[in-house]
Amino acid sequence: MKALVAIKRVVDYNIQVRVKADGSDVDIEGVKMGVNPFDENAIEEAIRLKEKGIVTEIVAVTIGAATHQDILRHALAMGVDRVTLVETANSLAPLAVAKVLKAVVEREQPALILLGKQAIDDDAGQTGQMLAALLNLPQATYASQITIADHQATVVREIDGGTQTLSVSLPAVITADLRLNEPRYVKLPNLMMARKKPIETLPLDSLNLSLTHSVQQLKVAAPPERPAGVMVKDVNELLSKLRTHEGLLP
Amino acid sequence: MRTLIIAEHDGQHLNEQVARAVTAAQHWQQPVDVLIAAAQADGLAAQAAALQGVSTVLVAADAALEHPIAEHLAALVVPLAANYSVVLAAHSAFSKNVMPRLAALLDVNMLSDVLEIVNSNTYVRGIYAGNVLATVQSSDAKQVLTVRASKFSAAATGANAAIQSVTAPAAPEGSRWVAEAFNKSERPPLAAAKVVVSGGRALGSADAFKDVLAPLADKLHAAIGASRAAVDSGYAPNDLQVGQTGVVVAPELYIAVGISGAIQHAYGMKDSKVVVAINQDPEAQIFKIADYGLVADLFEAVPQLTAAL
Ligand SMILES: Cc1cc2nc3c(=O)[nH]c(=O)nc-3n(C[C@H](O)[C@H](O)[C@H](O)COP(=O)(O)OP(=O)(O)OC[C@H]3O[C@@H](n4cnc5c(N)ncnc54)[C@H](O)[C@@H]3O)c2cc1C
Repeated sequence: MKALVAIKRVVDYNIQVRVKADGSDVDIEGVKMGVNPFDENAIEEAIRLKEKGIVTEIVAVTIGAATHQDILRHALAMGVDRVTLVETANSLAPLAVAKVLKAVVEREQPALILLGKQAIDDDAGQTGQMLAALLNLPQATYASQITIADHQATVVREIDGGTQTLSVSLPAVITADLRLNEPRYVKLPNLMMARKKPIETLPLDSLNLSLTHSVQQLKVAAPPERPAGVMVKDVNELLSKLRTHEGLLP
Repeated sequence: MRTLIIAEHDGQHLNEQVARAVTAAQHWQQPVDVLIAAAQADGLAAQAAALQGVSTVLVAADAALEHPIAEHLAALVVPLAANYSVVLAAHSAFSKNVMPRLAALLDVNMLSDVLEIVNSNTYVRGIYAGNVLATVQSSDAKQVLTVRASKFSAAATGANAAIQSVTAPAAPEGSRWVAEAFNKSERPPLAAAKVVVSGGRALGSADAFKDVLAPLADKLHAAIGASRAAVDSGYAPNDLQVGQTGVVVAPELYIAVGISGAIQHAYGMKDSKVVVAINQDPEAQIFKIADYGLVADLFEAVPQLTAAL
């Protein structure tokens, strides 16, 4: 069966981004970028399913500018078979991304569609569910375990207070949580080899979609800073602060 | 037009966040309805009807809704949505799963984890692990959103809203609920607790969570939380992870024990009223967001603290 993995290029998770002086947007110029961490879990899972003989081919797709080829190379180096860049200069909201991915799914006809559960830049956490809705397919989000047999996926999901297990018939959309697996380390020779592999590029216009941009970012700001705290010298001082200053403890 | 709240519950009790969503829903100054989808809905409907500010409780009672799945809930709400200009829910694992599916079926964008409702279509939400606050405006005819419950007070009870039943669609094929496993605990639920005691990688074992952290939490009637590193190391279960990709908490008191304070962790706890950090490294990031910092070995300081309470 074919697996499709949708991935996003985001600011590296170690970096604390800054707001531009005019408050118009976040300043990410020259900042280190990489594959969204949860998407890396999704890639890893597809590769493991291929190693188990369940998946036969893995296609990774991303949407963005030509610079986004780097994360597709990373996916190739991890072990993905084919990659597609849907090229656009605009950044798209989750619904538009889901519409683009729907068009790619219709071309590729995968049995399994994997995404990360959320992107660490916009923290929206919507794309997988939206894609499942548009395709009228079952969804299993926040997967921490996936078992596939007889065209069914049994998915253990992380929910508030514990876990839930769902059984979904394939094709289905599954979104990966961090606990799904530990993404493999990409070795340099693999990265070198991945450089030579072709990247299919589809101009967004060629998909003939009508995408509306109904959400506008008016401004961004840094959150108010917490006032500087107090260092206490021992447990007794801490207790007296919490009791007398904060009135928190009996 | 009207506002619809999708209510989360466990089959018996309405989640306490629903009352907070009701407060958020007042911003549109139009009637607020609450939807209960359950196998047995009478008790739940009564709880929702008691919330001040609720106009009508819509009840979809159907055996197939015993463990409602996103596909079923979204299919239930789509036809109802014609009467509503706003559909919202409190931001939780439950609504994060359902609301985007619903929004896509309605062909509108969705706003996740809204911190502030500026006006009827403008919101403030956190991006980049809460390091940036973005003000966003949606021109969609229907606003679909989830709100950060801790940013809104709970609606009072004592009201008596009308209850109206609605028909649930047939359960969708292709998805089946199999099982659920909840981590049993006598402690208050993490997202709603007034005091949270969280442990990090420094605890070093699940036993230390039990032997060092739990007695402190017991004395404070606190929920226990954990950093991702502690969860990944198996010291604490997944659902206790506080942070960008875990649970967001805003208790009156948050005690971070042996936690470095990475941005992903800070995202989940920096709205706490008072933050205490215990860490042996004076340079630890967590001290920058703590109101009270104690540089100490947790294995000494925490038992001392527990004993002194
Ligand atoms: C995509 C992504 C999402 C993430 N989401 C989350 C999330 O939701 N929540 C989260 O918490 N993290 C998250 N993380 C991980 C986060 O980046 C940090 O790695 C993690 O929070 C670190 O956990 P920690 O503070 O327990 O461990 P460490 O960073 O190892 O810190 C341990 C601390 O304990 C102190 N210490 C050691 N021994 C003692 C002692 N005896 N007494 C006192 N102090 C001691 C040390 O000085 C150190 O500061 C995420 C990461 C990624 C990439």
